[in-house]
Amino acid sequence: MTWEAVIGLEVHVQLLTRTKMFCACENRYGGEPNTRTCPVCLGLPGALPALNAEAVAHALRLGHALHATFRPESRFYRKQYFYPDLPKGYQITQGAVAVVEEGWIEIPGDASVRGAEGPVRIRIERAHLEEDAGKSIHDADPEHTLVDLNRAGVPLLEIVGAPDLRSAQEASDYLKTLHHLVVYLGLSDGNMEEGSLRCDANISLRRQGETRFGTRVEIKNLNSFRYLRQALDYEIQRQRQLLERGELLTQETRGWDAQSGETRSQRSKEAAMDYRYFPEPDLPPLVLSEDEIAHIGGTMAELPATRKQRFQTEYALSPYEAEMLMQTRAFADYFEGLARESGQGKAAANWMLGEVSRTLNERAMGIESLALEPSRLAGLLKLVEGGQLNLNTAKETVFPALLESSDSAQAIVERQGLGQVNDRGAIQALVRSVLEANPQPLAQFRGGKTNLRGFFVGQAMKAGDGKVNPRLLNEVLDACLAEGEGRE
Amino acid sequence: MIPLTMTDARKHFEAGQMTAVEWVQGCLERIQRNDSALNAVLALEPTITLEAARKADARRARGERGELLGLPFVIKDNLQMRGWPLSQGSRVSGQDRGAFDATAVGRLLDAGAVPLAKANMDEFAMGSSGEYSAFGPTRNPWDGSRVPGGSSSGSVVAVAAGYAPLALGTDTGGSVRLPASFCGVSALRPTYGVLSRSGLTAMASSLDQIGPVASSVEDLVAALGGMAGRDPLDSTSVDLPGAERLAHLRPAPLAGLKIGLPQEYFSEGLSEATRTILVTAMDRLASEGAELVEVSLPHTRFAIDTYYLLNTSEVSSNLSRFDGVRFGERKPHQELHAMISRTRDAGLGNETKRRILLGAFCLSKGYYEAFYLKALKVRALIAEDFRKAFEKVDILATPLSPATAFPFGERTRHPLEMYLADVFTVTQALASLPALALPAGFDKGLPVGLQLVGPALSDVRLLEVGAAFQSLTDHHLAHPALPTPA
Repeated sequence: MTWEAVIGLEVHVQLLTRTKMFCACENRYGGEPNTRTCPVCLGLPGALPALNAEAVAHALRLGHALHATFRPESRFYRKQYFYPDLPKGYQITQGAVAVVEEGWIEIPGDASVRGAEGPVRIRIERAHLEEDAGKSIHDADPEHTLVDLNRAGVPLLEIVGAPDLRSAQEASDYLKTLHHLVVYLGLSDGNMEEGSLRCDANISLRRQGETRFGTRVEIKNLNSFRYLRQALDYEIQRQRQLLERGELLTQETRGWDAQSGETRSQRSKEAAMDYRYFPEPDLPPLVLSEDEIAHIGGTMAELPATRKQRFQTEYALSPYEAEMLMQTRAFADYFEGLARESGQGKAAANWMLGEVSRTLNERAMGIESLALEPSRLAGLLKLVEGGQLNLNTAKETVFPALLESSDSAQAIVERQGLGQVNDRGAIQALVRSVLEANPQPLAQFRGGKTNLRGFFVGQAMKAGDGKVNPRLLNEVLDACLAEGEGRE
Repeated sequence: MIPLTMTDARKHFEAGQMTAVEWVQGCLERIQRNDSALNAVLALEPTITLEAARKADARRARGERGELLGLPFVIKDNLQMRGWPLSQGSRVSGQDRGAFDATAVGRLLDAGAVPLAKANMDEFAMGSSGEYSAFGPTRNPWDGSRVPGGSSSGSVVAVAAGYAPLALGTDTGGSVRLPASFCGVSALRPTYGVLSRSGLTAMASSLDQIGPVASSVEDLVAALGGMAGRDPLDSTSVDLPGAERLAHLRPAPLAGLKIGLPQEYFSEGLSEATRTILVTAMDRLASEGAELVEVSLPHTRFAIDTYYLLNTSEVSSNLSRFDGVRFGERKPHQELHAMISRTRDAGLGNETKRRILLGAFCLSKGYYEAFYLKALKVRALIAEDFRKAFEKVDILATPLSPATAFPFGERTRHPLEMYLADVFTVTQALASLPALALPAGFDKGLPVGLQLVGPALSDVRLLEVGAAFQSLTDHHLAHPALPTPA
């Protein structure tokens, strides 16, 4: 029997804003516990929330990137539960009345479950703003749970995906695409180890062809791509085995135990919480005009998918090259700077994916930390293009020197005498001396062993310390060889 | 003799007969002398008070002037004020000292007003009589066997007993107006949003407003002028239109003023004596040319139900934080939710628990639509009643209470009767309207109040009409003979 997995992800993204969601405390990870707090995020009686406009702008940016619609009037609610790291006893959240609704993301599509290749669109039901809770620390003290409220009130965007994913691979691709998008747009630092991006998965199975949903299980806190894939694969197996034995599934919340490699039940539906939602009376509705929404859209960076497409057409690159250049926004920006300054798109792409990437990998750093501006590297590309420097010398000698100094490529080439010999007369002299020094091969060549031409090129290059312009060398050599023939 | 009004004080200051330090010392002595009988005050901080008074005197010496400069004021103990205790009338408030200044308090302090005392109140501002304080009931200065009204019991009694010319109370469903009526002082519930709620510990957030209490409209005006205006810390706050008129408030001309009398408020529930006093007051206004018009507010009969559904719902949420983790005296237990239950059971008073339980029920799955959402709809209908009435009239005049202050213990056994004490004061809160409580006469030696209600944001106009009434009457000038201390 064939079973179909039905998966939807809920992703919490911590927004990169200067301050917290509802107060002026700095929004930054870590720090001495309970130092980035104020009456508002401590929940002191009488302190009131004031909405962070930067967080709203980020939500709108994501909305544009998800091709979503915007709710002209959204609201905030109180979601109520008791927990030590929730100082007010409720979380302020937009819940179902969200500012961003009905978007989509395109992913490659898993041919092994869909039966056909090709991209698929995964719908996004909504993205809503809310505040993060503090952090409960259970292992720092043998007798107590400690609470750090530095994270309390950090702005979150919860992105609720539709149950459109059909395999663990698709779920992983979806999360990667979303992760890339929020980092690329500068909405989040995307650091999953620090909890900047957190993922819960809903999964059920149904018979192939069935349209109704099966009983759903929610798996909490899948905070790496690998855990997400492993947990979903495990859960698909577990549910299939139960269903094939004719057993009923329980609607429940499960957690992923990375050590044992299985999901474990945490809470059944019977014990499901009643959060007693009601409208947050301390915040007026969030009203957005068409103009505000359009303004945010107009001031946004080019979206990754659009830019990738443009790279292909504008710089005549393959889809693979364009994809690789889009790995981060800074990398793509560097590439475009290099392409613009050098006037050579294809060569710039080759350098980015060759020497530059290798250097970044070797040094385990991001392009932001590279002490080589696109303009200086462009100078190197121009020397190669103009024939003043050959490519090997450029890669092996000048590029490393550029990294170690702040000199221009031109200055390095001149100082080290690496410039390419372009003087036709000098090359002629060089070629003649090579031919004269090798009478036997020359005779053989003239006797018909034309593949000895390569030998002469090599000898001439060697004699010229590798600096001879290869194009000119070839021309001159051919002329000299032909000359000799005519003389005889 | 210490001045009891700002007007008196201004004369004293101008004649060079008094300093702010002398004034507040007089006030502190008066509190020392009388408060063992009245129990209006929860906390004094004489060092802070005298330091503030000295600063005010220094500012005056440098030539600065202002109605609020050097003015002692009393603060209800649910308003945050740095350096002062914050009990909210409860033993579980858990915050020893105020962490910041409520915006309204801070604005008065900036203007040079001098904080004199934190005032007693019903626990978490829940109560209509002043009997539900964890620190004992406050007594009515006109009759020590009767309640002063609540929940701003201490603030109102402080003004009535002459401790200070100004007090800040809070009004969620009548908590400054009802006690003002019972104690014969003037009090304003401003339009929702005119005074920032930042620093007002929340009871029912969509209804809570700070309300100034004073012995005359003139003094309320000075206080409102010093506090009103939008505050970035309160997203529901607004600017007060016409605020510039507060600086030189003129009594409104009464000729042609249309005063609406809502028939639902003058029905059989009203005592004959109160009715007679209010009719006399209306006649006095009519004799100056005001036109009395009968109007109807048909949804009034749903007001108490609606108010208590919304109030308890918000209470259940706002008081969640008193869970023993950060606030409230913790009753330890191995299991988290048991610790929270035990802490709340031990620490919270009965009325507070009653409201939390009711409110949590209203907001629960399956009941939310039937109770909370339904109440929101009725709230809109009540507001619509007022909107229609104000198409016909300029202001409304109503009673504040069916009768005068009741004896201690009369209603505490019957919570519903206690809730019914709010019958004339909750609708204005539900409709977010400004309402002014004014002394209108006496019934067997006990004060009877009159309520004037205006359209939203007509607070200045309302005070102008109130000033006109007080220029024609002298009920607000009467002071109780304070009970001799035990």
